Amino acid sequence: MIEVRIAKRVAPRLDTPGFSLEVEFQAGAGVTALFGTAGAGKTLVFDAIAGFTRPDTGRIMLDDRILFDAVSRVHLKPQQRNCGYVLQNEALFPNMTLRENLVFAADRLPRLERHRGVNEMIDRFGLTNVAGRRPREASKTEKQRCSIARALMASPRLLLLDEPAHGLDASACAGLYRLLREARGDFAIPILVATHDLEECFQIADKMLVLRDGRIAQGGPPREVMEQPASVDVARLLGISNLFQAEITALDPGRNTSRLRFQDHEITGTYCPGHLLGDRVWLCVRAGELRVTGRNGVRPETNQIPAKLLSVSEMPQTVRLEFSGGISVELPRQEFERQKDNKDWLVEFPPDALRVL
Amino acid sequence: MSTNWFPLWLSLRVAALATLISIVFGLWIAYLLAQRTFRGRELLDAVVTLPLLLPPTVLGYYLLVVLGASSPLGHLYESVFGAPLIFTWEAAVVASTLHAIPLVTKSARAAFETAGIRYEKAARTLGASDWRVFWRVTLPLSRRTVAGAGLTAFARALGDFGVTLMIAGNLPGKTQTATVGIYDALQRGDTRTARLLVLVLSAVVIAIAYGANRLDHPPVVE
Repeated sequence: MIEVRIAKRVAPRLDTPGFSLEVEFQAGAGVTALFGTAGAGKTLVFDAIAGFTRPDTGRIMLDDRILFDAVSRVHLKPQQRNCGYVLQNEALFPNMTLRENLVFAADRLPRLERHRGVNEMIDRFGLTNVAGRRPREASKTEKQRCSIARALMASPRLLLLDEPAHGLDASACAGLYRLLREARGDFAIPILVATHDLEECFQIADKMLVLRDGRIAQGGPPREVMEQPASVDVARLLGISNLFQAEITALDPGRNTSRLRFQDHEITGTYCPGHLLGDRVWLCVRAGELRVTGRNGVRPETNQIPAKLLSVSEMPQTVRLEFSGGISVELPRQEFERQKDNKDWLVEFPPDALRVL
Repeated sequence: MSTNWFPLWLSLRVAALATLISIVFGLWIAYLLAQRTFRGRELLDAVVTLPLLLPPTVLGYYLLVVLGASSPLGHLYESVFGAPLIFTWEAAVVASTLHAIPLVTKSARAAFETAGIRYEKAARTLGASDWRVFWRVTLPLSRRTVAGAGLTAFARALGDFGVTLMIAGNLPGKTQTATVGIYDALQRGDTRTARLLVLVLSAVVIAIAYGANRLDHPPVVE
C-alpha cells in the first residue's frame, strides 16, 4: 500500500511556466493508472515517490515505511526506497546484455539465489532467446519486457511504470498489457502506471486517477469514471465531446425523470439527485451513445432533435458525424451505410445516456 | 656522435605517471562536480582550470614557494621520501600533472553530466550504491571520452616546458625532459639533437591527437 500526500511548487523558468503539484491518493496491490495529458504532473509524482525530487510538504508512506516526511525531514535516497521504476523510454544499461541487466538488479539477492532468480525472470518474461543480446540488438518489445523484469528483479514493494506503451505498436501493446495483468496477479504489490491513453486505463487498471494541472480531479475504477465524470474538465479529458450547458426545467423523483433544456430543445432524462429546479448544469453525452435517424417528414419524437449534418469523418471502427449545435455522434460503419442517404437528420438522446454534471 | 635518448625516456616516464595521477584525481573531481551539489562547486572547477590559464612562470613561482624545502608541504615530502622534491624528476611529474588534471576534469565532467543520467536514475532505483553506479554504469558509458581525455592529458604532460624548467630545472641526465632538452640543445647549437627530439615529439603528439579524435567520434559501425 502506497500513501501519497504531497505538494510541490516548481518555479517558472525561461522555457517552462511554473507548476504547482498537490496530490493525495492511496493505492493498494493491483494496477492504478495515473491518467493525464503531458504536463499534468505524472512524472513529477513518480519522481517524488522514487526519491528524485523533494516535495515541499506532505508525506509518502510505502507499507509501514516513511519514504518522505516534510515535518520530520525524512527524505530517503532512491536506493533505500525499494521502488521499481521503469522510466519513459526504457533505460536498460547499453553496456550490458539483457541478462547482465537483470543480474545487476539481483545484486541484493544471496549469491546462490541470484542465478536462479535471474533465470526464472528471463523465462517468465519470454527473454530466453535474447538474454545474451545487448539492448541495441533487441526489439522495442523485448527491451520493454526486460525493463519491467529488471525492475521486478530487485523485489520492489511498488512498481512505477511511466508511459510503458510509449512507442509500441498495437500488437506489442496487447502483449504488454497481458504481461502486466499477469504481473498484477503474481506480484502482490501496487503498480502505478502513468499514461495519457484512456484505452490503456481500461485494459489494465483496477483504478484510475485523473490528474489535471497537478491535481487529482477524480479517482475510481475506469468504468465508473467514464460513466460519471466528476466535472466538465474531466469529461473533456476523457474525450467526451458532447458537453452542453443546460437548465433543469422539471424534476420528478417519483417517476425518476427530469426535463432539461438546452439550445432551445427540451429533452427528458433520468432524475438527477442533488440538483434543484432551475439549476444551470452541464449535460454530458458520449458520442457513441447518441442515435440518429432520417427525418423524412416525420414529427420528431421525444428526445429527438432535428440537426443539420456538417461533416463525416472515418474512424478505425466507426464513423463520426458532426452536427449543427456542436453535437457529435459516433456510429458503427454498417449503421452509417444504411443511413447515409438521409436528407434531414434527427439525433436521439436516450435518457440513460444523459449525464448531468 | 651517439644520440642521447635520456630526455625522451624521461619525458615519456614523467608523462605516463602524470597521466595516471591526473586520471585518478581528474575523474574524482569530475565526479564531484557532475554529481554532487555543494557550496563552492564552481569555485573548485575554476581552481582546477587555473593551471591552464596562469602563465607558466607564475605557476612555477607558486609551486617553488608551496613545495620548496622551507615550506610545510616541502618538509612533509622530505620527511616521507628522504629528499627534497624541487629539482628532481618527480617535480616534473607534479608540473605536468597540474596541467593534465583540468583536461581530464573538463571532458569527464561533461561526459558524466550527459552520458547516463537516465541510466544512473534507473540504477539507483534498483538499489545500487553511488559507488557501484559509478563503476558499472557512469564510467563504462563515458569510457571513450575518458580514454580520449587521458590521451590528451598525456600529450599535454609530454609537452610541459615552463613550469618543468622552473621547478625541476635543467639537469642533464637527471631532470632534463625532451622539451627542456630541445631548448638546451638549441642554446648549445646542437641542432641535430634538437631536430630529432622535435620530430619524435611531433610524431607522438600527432598520433595521440588522431587517436583522441577517433575516440570522440568513433567510426560508424555497420
